[in-house]
Amino acid sequence: MSEPRLQDALVCARGLGFTTGGKALVRDATLDLVPGTTTILIGPNGAGKSTLLKLMTGEVRASAGDVAIDGETLTAIPAWRLACQRAVMAQHARLAFPFSVYEVASLGVDGVGRAMPRPRRDALVGDCLAAAGVLDLAGRQYQTLSGGEQQRVQFARTLCQIEAGRSIAPRQALFLDEPIASLDLCHQLALLDMARAIAARGVAVLIVLHDLNLAVTYADHLVVMDQGQIIAQGAPAKTLDDALLRQVFKVDLSLSRAPAPGLPFLLPQQHRISPAA
Amino acid sequence: MTLAAPSVSHLPAGLATLVAGRRRVAALAVGGLVLGCILLALVAIGQGAISIAPGRVAEILWARLTGDVALLEGRNVLVVMNIRLPRVLLGLLVGAALAVSGALMQGLFRNPLADPGLVGVSAGAGLAAAATIVLGDRFLSGTLMKLPFAVLPFGAFCGGLISTLALYLIATRQGRTSVATMLLAGVALGALSGSMTGLLAFISDDRQLRDLTFWSMGSLGGASWTKLSAIAPIVIPLLLAMPLLARGLNGLMLGEAEAYHLGIPVQRIKALAILLVALAVGASVAAAGAIGFVGIVVPHLIRLAVGPDHRLLLPLSALGGAMLLVGADIVARLVVAPAELPIGIVTAAIGAPFFLWLLLRRAGPLDV
Repeated sequence: MSEPRLQDALVCARGLGFTTGGKALVRDATLDLVPGTTTILIGPNGAGKSTLLKLMTGEVRASAGDVAIDGETLTAIPAWRLACQRAVMAQHARLAFPFSVYEVASLGVDGVGRAMPRPRRDALVGDCLAAAGVLDLAGRQYQTLSGGEQQRVQFARTLCQIEAGRSIAPRQALFLDEPIASLDLCHQLALLDMARAIAARGVAVLIVLHDLNLAVTYADHLVVMDQGQIIAQGAPAKTLDDALLRQVFKVDLSLSRAPAPGLPFLLPQQHRISPAA
Repeated sequence: MTLAAPSVSHLPAGLATLVAGRRRVAALAVGGLVLGCILLALVAIGQGAISIAPGRVAEILWARLTGDVALLEGRNVLVVMNIRLPRVLLGLLVGAALAVSGALMQGLFRNPLADPGLVGVSAGAGLAAAATIVLGDRFLSGTLMKLPFAVLPFGAFCGGLISTLALYLIATRQGRTSVATMLLAGVALGALSGSMTGLLAFISDDRQLRDLTFWSMGSLGGASWTKLSAIAPIVIPLLLAMPLLARGLNGLMLGEAEAYHLGIPVQRIKALAILLVALAVGASVAAAGAIGFVGIVVPHLIRLAVGPDHRLLLPLSALGGAMLLVGADIVARLVVAPAELPIGIVTAAIGAPFFLWLLLRRAGPLDV
């Protein structure tokens, strides 16, 4: 795994800050998302991970610094064009009316893929439902699904948007905010595999995760946030160490290495609450 | 397709059937409602002191369209063309406007119980209309008051627009409109308008009070081509804007942030929907008085039949609302013939129990 090359970056955040109610949720965050690279953002609760993601997707306007996509300032890009360049899966998605799973996934294509003929759109939705493992739920009402199933449907919708936007914007970014929070282990791995497969096709992927083992397993580029600031970023093996874990996550853990591929891994069984925390 | 999972590249049979089934139900609903509107309109035109068979009504209308003079004889032609047809057309337009406004409000508020009546738009229009009736004599010059049908609608229209703008300004902070604030502020504004209307009723004389009462219950009586030509230019843009709004409202069902991520210009969609609703409700209240419950009952029924997709919901609501109001007008003229009931009584008598039933059958507590 190589370090991302800065000149290739698709989404560039420079000195991003966001202050609300006198509290700085994000301070001076500088981060590049590179096509073909999976960037994973970790940090304790309230570190500002979701806020940083919202700043980078344009959902929230930064109070300092700026974000550029493909060299263009984020705030200057109209919503419809932005939708072709990036897709976002948010943390919570509630639905107001009884849409079917198929209709929810179709929302990803309805806007971005308006130019496509209907059979192609239908097929694309079918493909994405299959890729997210929810094809058999297509006829069900979204509101009747379990939390994990809903999350996979939202992932399918996000895939639809990326697929439909690809013909319009060849350089794309995918943002996933805690996409596996409600999933069982099998589906967690499947979703992250899928995200990496999308990255392998040349999409810049940013994922907010809580599971440190999965983060180091799936990240090309690991970003650690604490108290609104990015305090470390780089290749996972070089970024995480015992001191950082103690400082950021308030756990006294020692990082271990799996013998074969040399990837770092953690055993939470060893943890004990640090008196210093 | 370059997804990592095995590509199906066509819909599996079950899903294809499902999608096709949905589309067939939609086509049936459109066909059924269009046919229903036409048949009810023919019956409504034929009904009254001079009874005309629906077949003859169709004949007269056809002759008028094609300019076939031979068929355009007898006094029935005048009754149809000058009295009944404007009334039915007004019913169709007002019904469509109210139902679509309801559907738009519900989409905007992401709540199936939202309605222009609920957020005070109708109350604002009503207050302005009451002010015209009660205070008009004192403050407006004599010549202007000889045109009550010009002043009253204009007043009601302005009232609806002012209350909507007030609502929008109160609920918008830093370019974002808070739906919850708007709903709460709407209830407050509605109560304020209601109390002022009550005050006006209190100081009015007997004749004004009768005008006020009759008008507040709504009526399609007094329809004319002049009145139609005044409200059609306001209602028709609403109907034309439906396809533009439908996709945006579908996206909004996921939430405002998600809608923005999907590429929907959220602020613009919200502003357009609010403006169109204010115009349409103001124009409807102006032309036909306060007619309740069309905006809440019709979209809900359509949602039960074809699902919540706004691309179907909006046009079908327009057809359903048009049909409901023309039907209610037939009932209003039938039950106490030769007199007629205010149409608002009929729609409320159908709508209120239905509204209660909606509340009762909800499984969980309301989530505003």
